[in-house]
Amino acid sequence: MAENQKQNYLTHPKGIMSWLLTLDHKRIGLMYLFGGIIFFFLGGVLALGMRLELAAPGNDFVSNDTYNNMYTLHGAIMIFLFIIPAIPGALGNILLPLMLGAKDVAFPRLNLASFYIYTIGALFVMYTIISGGVDTGWTFYTPYSTTSTSNVIPMTMGIFVIGFSSILTGLNFIATIHKMRIPGLTWYKLPLFVWALYGTSLVQITATPVIAITMVLLILERLLGIGIFDPALGGDPVLYQHFFWFYSHPAVYIMILPAFGIISEIIPVHSRKKVWGYKFIAFSTLSIAFIGFLVWGHHMFTSGQSVFSQIVFSFITYFVGIPTGVKIFSWMLTMYKGQVSFTPPMLYALSFLFLFTIGGLTGIFLGAVALDIHLHDTYFVVAHFHYVMQGGTIIAFLGGLHHWWPKSMGTMYNQTVASICCLGVFLGFNGTFFPQFLLGLRGMPRRYATYDQQFAELHNYSSFWSGILGLSIFISIMNLLWSLRKNNKLDPGTNPWGGMTLEWTHTTSPPHPHNFEEEPVLEHGPYDYDKVIVEPTFKK
Amino acid sequence: MDRLTEYLFPKQVSTFAADIDNLFYFIFYSSIVLFAIVVLGMMYLAVKYRFKKGDEVRLTSSKDHSNILEALFFIVPLILVSITFVWGIKSYLQMIIVPDDAIEIKVTGQSWFWTFDYPDGGTTLNELVVPSNTPIKIVLSSKDVLHSFFIPVMRTKMDCLPNRYNVMWFDAQEEGVYDILCTEYCGTGHSQMGAKVIVMKPAQYEAYVAELGSDDENIPLDELGAKLYTKKACNTCHTLDGSALVGPSYLQTSQMWGQERVFDDGSSTLIDDNYIRSSILEPQTQIVAGYQGVMPTYQGLLNDRELDALIAFLKSLQEDSQI
Repeated sequence: MAENQKQNYLTHPKGIMSWLLTLDHKRIGLMYLFGGIIFFFLGGVLALGMRLELAAPGNDFVSNDTYNNMYTLHGAIMIFLFIIPAIPGALGNILLPLMLGAKDVAFPRLNLASFYIYTIGALFVMYTIISGGVDTGWTFYTPYSTTSTSNVIPMTMGIFVIGFSSILTGLNFIATIHKMRIPGLTWYKLPLFVWALYGTSLVQITATPVIAITMVLLILERLLGIGIFDPALGGDPVLYQHFFWFYSHPAVYIMILPAFGIISEIIPVHSRKKVWGYKFIAFSTLSIAFIGFLVWGHHMFTSGQSVFSQIVFSFITYFVGIPTGVKIFSWMLTMYKGQVSFTPPMLYALSFLFLFTIGGLTGIFLGAVALDIHLHDTYFVVAHFHYVMQGGTIIAFLGGLHHWWPKSMGTMYNQTVASICCLGVFLGFNGTFFPQFLLGLRGMPRRYATYDQQFAELHNYSSFWSGILGLSIFISIMNLLWSLRKNNKLDPGTNPWGGMTLEWTHTTSPPHPHNFEEEPVLEHGPYDYDKVIVEPTFKK
Repeated sequence: MDRLTEYLFPKQVSTFAADIDNLFYFIFYSSIVLFAIVVLGMMYLAVKYRFKKGDEVRLTSSKDHSNILEALFFIVPLILVSITFVWGIKSYLQMIIVPDDAIEIKVTGQSWFWTFDYPDGGTTLNELVVPSNTPIKIVLSSKDVLHSFFIPVMRTKMDCLPNRYNVMWFDAQEEGVYDILCTEYCGTGHSQMGAKVIVMKPAQYEAYVAELGSDDENIPLDELGAKLYTKKACNTCHTLDGSALVGPSYLQTSQMWGQERVFDDGSSTLIDDNYIRSSILEPQTQIVAGYQGVMPTYQGLLNDRELDALIAFLKSLQEDSQI
């Protein structure tokens, strides 16, 4: 093997500054991954702390105020510092140019700037935590957030700053997808992960400015007492809810669309089968991104908005449900007449189908206005969005991480351990969150530090399983890191699962610093398992 | 189904509770069917087409669509969600159109207790008394931040806003005492901001409302104070056993009678009748060190005799604990 081929982006160039000032999308992606995993860990520890407090009805471990801080930080960290940036920032950055056959993203310097803006936002959040925390909930509802004595300003400032990182990444990806594709890579030949990133980026650049301006208004209200949201100053708290959810509902699609993209990659590769309904999956991504802008009012069914609004928002909500449902069937049918291998990524993808279907279907319950009024702000909602956010996005993220780990790091983790952890995550997740549906039906409100004795058994059960869930995720990440030990390198030519997209077929694992030694020539579509045989290195 | 309902839901007390639970079951059973198709289909396909040991890696089928299947996947869920949508709206209209003959009760949320104002004068705290088989219109508002008024057995809830009135209603079909919960996060005492709704026979209700506020004249002050302690929701934040909740325990204050109390700005004062009176009426002026100044004022909610009663009750705690 020529010396040149041994070079890869992890080892060349060397030195800490070459990382901190890198313009290489793969290195920036890894730095996002590093940041994301740290915040995932922090958010996870907070979650386990909450479950510990909730294992029994009274104030057993922490006070009300501490609990309120914990749940606020758990939500804010998981959403703004992990889920929103992690998949587009980490997996998106590493993979997008590779999948397009490009040398880098369209604006590499802007890409590095995005990362540092994210870091600055994260520092604001860390400052909030160190200086005593914030207790408003990640939703910052007024007038509580304008009157609370906790550190609302640094926290909202952090979210404002992170918003710019999100917008710039979105902009960069859109330009990259439009302009950096190799000749012959037409829209319908793009891997579905690219379509998903495209939809996500559109939402990022259109919705994020709204949360940014809302956070600024909130900060101004606290600092200068301008009366926009606080009724004591002549403002309107419901206006805040409209502003907030106008971003935060589309933000759900910033979180879930990349997960759809990952699943659309994993299932065809590990089933060695052409993806079912390519065009439908591609276009439903865009339509979900669009319709996602029109349903924010379903977060406000008990706020007292007009009856007409209630009816309209309920109606449009179901239009998101239908294309999502058809997508699930498409992923399932992709396995038809394929060659399905039960590898760790595939196990995560199958878990995703199971869990996300529950998450989606329970959304139908909440979309029905009359039933939502009973379930609103109860544990039913908590369970529903965890089935979507964790059962959907985080499971897909873990699946994607296992799928592209050999590609990006050039090492293979212990697959048996990874599979057992996936089972642990699956069981632990259901054990933790399924009882919360029952709690919600019985009327257990969310954001309670203490609760009535009648809810004790289910809470206790949920807390027990959350330990299994946390442990399984922790071991699975450790298992990945353990693969980085010395003398565990894969052959650079490895294509472990037999992937057919450019990052598998045209570059080494880990990739060359410039991605491809020469511009790749497209030989087949992303899922042409009916036309070309690509031998997987690992057969299972 | 009855046993399942008993397991899944709180009691069905309002007139529309059963309808809402039935809507739940409709979505529930439809979901189970769809879920079963996805999960069983997935398991079947994954196992049937699994890559076995010794299999050759080969070209696989190019089948990637089926118009009939896709139409089915589109149309069947569409029909189901259409029914759900219409049912959801139909039931919702029933929940918001208040009958004309409803009794109107004003509910005010405040951190962290509920005040109920009855049509003929009379006010209760944290105990909503309503007649059975009578429509009750609830007019909601808040004195500070957002709260949300949730009665699980009635299957209804509504936010309380500081700047406008929201309305909900219910008609309780069964006498009993049921939970009221706050479901919009409102700070430190959010999880303790519970109350009870007491559904009585209409005749009992009439008697109760007529008596509101008039029965306190003839009982000794410390007994009246003990009643007010729960009735006016002091117990949400102040315990009687010496343990600290949101505020200092009455017992601790009682035991420190005549001694110095230190405040968060470093100043201090002797604990006496005047101190207690001003901490009830102007709680924000002196905040005990180690606590947050979150107590609302009780100005206008307690008359002089009631203030005296609470002070007498607090003092009596020390004597009790000495015995």
